[in-house]
Amino acid sequence: MDIRELQAYATLFATIILAVVLYWYIVYLYRSEKKGEKDYEKLGDIALDDEIHSKPINTSDPLPEKKERNK
Amino acid sequence: MQSNAALEYDYTVAKLFTYTTIVFGLVGMLIGTLIAAQMAFPELNYLLGEYGTFSRLRPLHTNVVIYGFMLSGIWATGYYFMQRVLKVSMAESKLAMFLGKFHFVVYLVIATGMVVSLFMGITTTKEYAQMEWPLDILVVVVWVTWGLWMFTLIGIRREKALYISVWYYIATFLGVAMLYLFNNMEVPTYFASGGVGAITHSVSMYAGTNDAMVQWWWGHNAVAFVFTVPIVGMIYYFLPKESGQAVYSYKLSLLSFWGLMFVYLWAGGHHLLWSTVPDWVQTMASIFSVILILPSWGSAINMLLTMKGEWNQLTENPIIKFLILASTFYMLSTLEGPIQAVKSVNAIAHFTDWIPGHVHDGVLGWVAFMVFSGLYHMAPRIFKREIYSKSLIEAQFWIQTTAVVLYFTSMWIAGITQGMMWRAVDEYGNLMYSFIDTVTVLHPYYAIRALAGVLFMIGLVMFAYNMIMTMAASKKLTEEPQFRSPMA
Repeated sequence: MDIRELQAYATLFATIILAVVLYWYIVYLYRSEKKGEKDYEKLGDIALDDEIHSKPINTSDPLPEKKERNK
Repeated sequence: MQSNAALEYDYTVAKLFTYTTIVFGLVGMLIGTLIAAQMAFPELNYLLGEYGTFSRLRPLHTNVVIYGFMLSGIWATGYYFMQRVLKVSMAESKLAMFLGKFHFVVYLVIATGMVVSLFMGITTTKEYAQMEWPLDILVVVVWVTWGLWMFTLIGIRREKALYISVWYYIATFLGVAMLYLFNNMEVPTYFASGGVGAITHSVSMYAGTNDAMVQWWWGHNAVAFVFTVPIVGMIYYFLPKESGQAVYSYKLSLLSFWGLMFVYLWAGGHHLLWSTVPDWVQTMASIFSVILILPSWGSAINMLLTMKGEWNQLTENPIIKFLILASTFYMLSTLEGPIQAVKSVNAIAHFTDWIPGHVHDGVLGWVAFMVFSGLYHMAPRIFKREIYSKSLIEAQFWIQTTAVVLYFTSMWIAGITQGMMWRAVDEYGNLMYSFIDTVTVLHPYYAIRALAGVLFMIGLVMFAYNMIMTMAASKKLTEEPQFRSPMA
């Protein structure tokens, strides 16, 4: 097996691993929001409420009351 | 970091980059229009002796629009919105302010050096990496300074969550840093040879096919990390802010981000299809180019859906028109690119005018439109005046949209005609056409492209005039607008 063949196999395996990680990330995002552990959508408000004295949003954790509701 | 009630965002550096965006836009696109006209009317090559030939001006055009206009626009908008989404002012950190200003000064030195050296014909001849080694070293200084500024600001931020646009700007910084270093590994021949030849001259450290692969790994990722990644970052901030609508799906923006990062780096080999690079590299580049449609369209569709229920703004606000058409051109361009990267299509498309056609529906329709809309949105906030003329923006929009459509349609026809004529054989297998036959056939399309260049340039002059009048003569604002930008 020469270096070119090795490179090709390395690329193939890297691709497969990265694809699996990417799909796992998709599942993680949607599952954590469904379980009420995260609320990614509220991060979208960072662009809208961007005054220097506005209250920071800070985290993708949902509001405490929403957490309660989802239990 | 200090805290006081009168604290405001500091737009000093954003303003400086706004000025260079306008100046480099005018210079770069004027040269572009001239060389488009030279393709149709070759006698225009002899206006300025050696300094006016197509071969001298073409790299000047690409470098000035990419590293002058586009990078200035990316930095003008970056120095504006990064403060806002991180909720921290540059005025709060002397280091951030110093880095920002130092960044601008070194950038201006490089940009001036780039224009002068390329005019003089000093070039490495590597596409989109033509600057010679002394300037290359300064580019590293400027890039590192920008990165330090960005991470300084991130380090003192109040908003702990990094908005998606910041992710895209960080990716721009890291992606270009890595690619740039590898592609610009070069040997200054004067020093290597003990004093022979020009001091500015260098040769690449790679040879032959390896050099080509590294070159296009960089070349295509210059498209990725300069034409695409920061521009997507811009639209994720400016469209929601101008429309008052939060991004349709933040999760989709995260997925598209990682998808784009994962896929884009592998696609550069599609510039070398049917060449001496290994087959598997070509096939991989083709496949990844096609997959690239998914993250690209993910972002673009996310932007269109952000306007859900608010489409009336499209008729009322010309900045929204620019933003929406920009994301539409992004979709067109990111569908067209993968089509060209399919090996059988590439056999016809490669080396033809379809390629610059594809590039320009992306850079004019997507990148330039985003830069215009970003700066229009910023103008009332950084100059504290309303935009000078709404009707000028409307007119600019329609003139430039016509220009882009004329550009890419003429180049589609020209490119496919060219590709088909080059390959056409008679019943005995002899080539049917000589090169000059194709030139004759293509003349009308080259003339249409030159007209498109003139129209786009007219729109750009309107933009520059509107911006200058906004800075100098427009009505002062007492309060910063929250969403929609005020215009007369």
